Amino acid sequence: MGLARTWSVALHGVAGHLVEIESDVGGGLPGIHLVGLPDAALHEAKDRVKAAVVNSGWQWPNERIVLALSPAMLRKAGSGFDLALACAVLAADGILPQPALNGSVLLGELALDGRLRPIRGVLPCLLAARAAGVARVVVPAAGLAEASLVEGLEVYGAASLTDVLRWLVGEAELLRPGPRPTPVDDAAPADLADVVGQHDARRACEIAAAGGHHVLLVGPPGTGKTMLAQRFVGLLPRLEAAAALDLASIRSAAGRLPDAGVLTTVPPLIAPHHSTSMAALIGGGSGLARPGAVSLAHRGVLFLDEAPEWAPHLLDALRTPLEDGTVRLSRAEGTVEYPARFQLVLAANPCPCAPAHDRDCVCPSLLRRRYLGRLSGPLLDRVDLRARMLPITSLATVPEPWESTAQVRSRVIAARAAAAARWAGHGWATNAEVPGPVLRTRFALPAGVVRPLDSALRAGEITARGADRALRVAWTLADLAGRHRPDRELVETALFFRDRRAA
Amino acid sequence: MAAKDALGRRGEDLAAAYLTEHGLVVLDRNWRCRLGELDIVCTDSTRLVVCEVKTRSSTRFGLPAEAVDARKAHRIRQLAGAWLAAHHVPWVEVRYDVVAVLVEPGAQVRVHHYEAAF
Repeated sequence: MGLARTWSVALHGVAGHLVEIESDVGGGLPGIHLVGLPDAALHEAKDRVKAAVVNSGWQWPNERIVLALSPAMLRKAGSGFDLALACAVLAADGILPQPALNGSVLLGELALDGRLRPIRGVLPCLLAARAAGVARVVVPAAGLAEASLVEGLEVYGAASLTDVLRWLVGEAELLRPGPRPTPVDDAAPADLADVVGQHDARRACEIAAAGGHHVLLVGPPGTGKTMLAQRFVGLLPRLEAAAALDLASIRSAAGRLPDAGVLTTVPPLIAPHHSTSMAALIGGGSGLARPGAVSLAHRGVLFLDEAPEWAPHLLDALRTPLEDGTVRLSRAEGTVEYPARFQLVLAANPCPCAPAHDRDCVCPSLLRRRYLGRLSGPLLDRVDLRARMLPITSLATVPEPWESTAQVRSRVIAARAAAAARWAGHGWATNAEVPGPVLRTRFALPAGVVRPLDSALRAGEITARGADRALRVAWTLADLAGRHRPDRELVETALFFRDRRAA
Repeated sequence: MAAKDALGRRGEDLAAAYLTEHGLVVLDRNWRCRLGELDIVCTDSTRLVVCEVKTRSSTRFGLPAEAVDARKAHRIRQLAGAWLAAHHVPWVEVRYDVVAVLVEPGAQVRVHHYEAAF
């Protein structure tokens, strides 16, 4: 007969909520009643927890057990509550002292023999626990490396229910995380110097990297579109601590964090195949949606090779995340929001036959139009830079070597630093994040400078959004050139890279 | 008498003894009507206590008390009403108890009394 409390974390997308688990034992026939919006997996916890407790050598109370998860209106999913449920029952039965449980969050799925199984999303759970002011967290031993990424929490790793119970009564110690892993710089991505020629496309990539813009590369096969796109991620600066943690949280929620739990600061490059499903691209799944490729590419690059081969509905689904930097997915069990601030890199052939030299093309003109027409206007409107790749005419190339990643990257980082310093007071990091109205009011350029934009607007060559986007590119060009603000020539360059005729 | 009926009978005897020992007065045992049978009807002098006795000789198929499910509880409620009507008892508070008896061969008999079980 008794009442006890334990705490755990419910994961909702990448946001965690502290959940209080109350257990009341006694006053009726044996049975377990779980209340507080549990899902199917959590309902099964009743049987798992009982078997795990009995097989660990403890007595299961032969009475009525009511387990309440609060806040009761929050939907709780998954198997991560098992450990907290088991401890709540044992404490209510008087086997564990309640004070030992106070201030601790218990996470983990129980196997029937009492082993603690790893759970998905340890990292966001811990971040939520820390935000809620919890002092101690117990995680499955397998999640300890991932847990060590969170500072300011006492984290313990346990291999079994018995370990946890002995630790709670002070009979044994639990595992502690090793030293916080230093961010590893994975093997450096391939070098930009490998790409032969392509001055325009290189320049477009440099601008895109410096300002966080989206880019489309069009050209015949074998000219290095894919090579260039893969090297693009090497131009980006390393992720800051907060961004790296955000990304690790998304990966953790997707169950994709490497076992070693290393916190990588290399921006992600996600290159899904064009047969990818909507759920895999945007995020999805039944119940509560899981993050998709756009979120896994958060703070990195989403590279769509052979863009016209992609189903139009997939490409158009990218429009909202491109604009908002987040995706909101609504399913039966609620809406989740995942961050998705990625840079889009599209690569396309000019036509289906795609000979080495465009003049040899045998496609009917209608087919050519249809081919690139699959990239819808609204999508292309959001692509700031378009570059045409030229056929390579000589393998020997010019005597001097092509610019390397390191050379371009140093310029990119300098430009990003200039932009960050300018927007520091406003909370934006790159030019791409700055809202259009701000660029047109507080940071308005003289009428003479933006005249090319006005005339392009009047001629219907660009949309109002396109004009905003060209302005952002112009600011990036100014940052790259080390200027204070863009002048007319830079605005014209921005418009040149936006030119629809390139695609 | 079949072995299982003998076990049930022994369990009911043990339960009745247990209840008497704990201050309850047994009014009726194995009361039958067309709805079924009530194992023990007793009173603690303020209310009627309707008692279901469940006996098992091992826990291989679960605890005795676990066998009392919602359907069984419903039937006992109906039977209690029938008992009150048959005995012309006016309104009275009724409590439903379960007595679980575990008679494992070679071990001490265990009796667990769940008061107000449903």
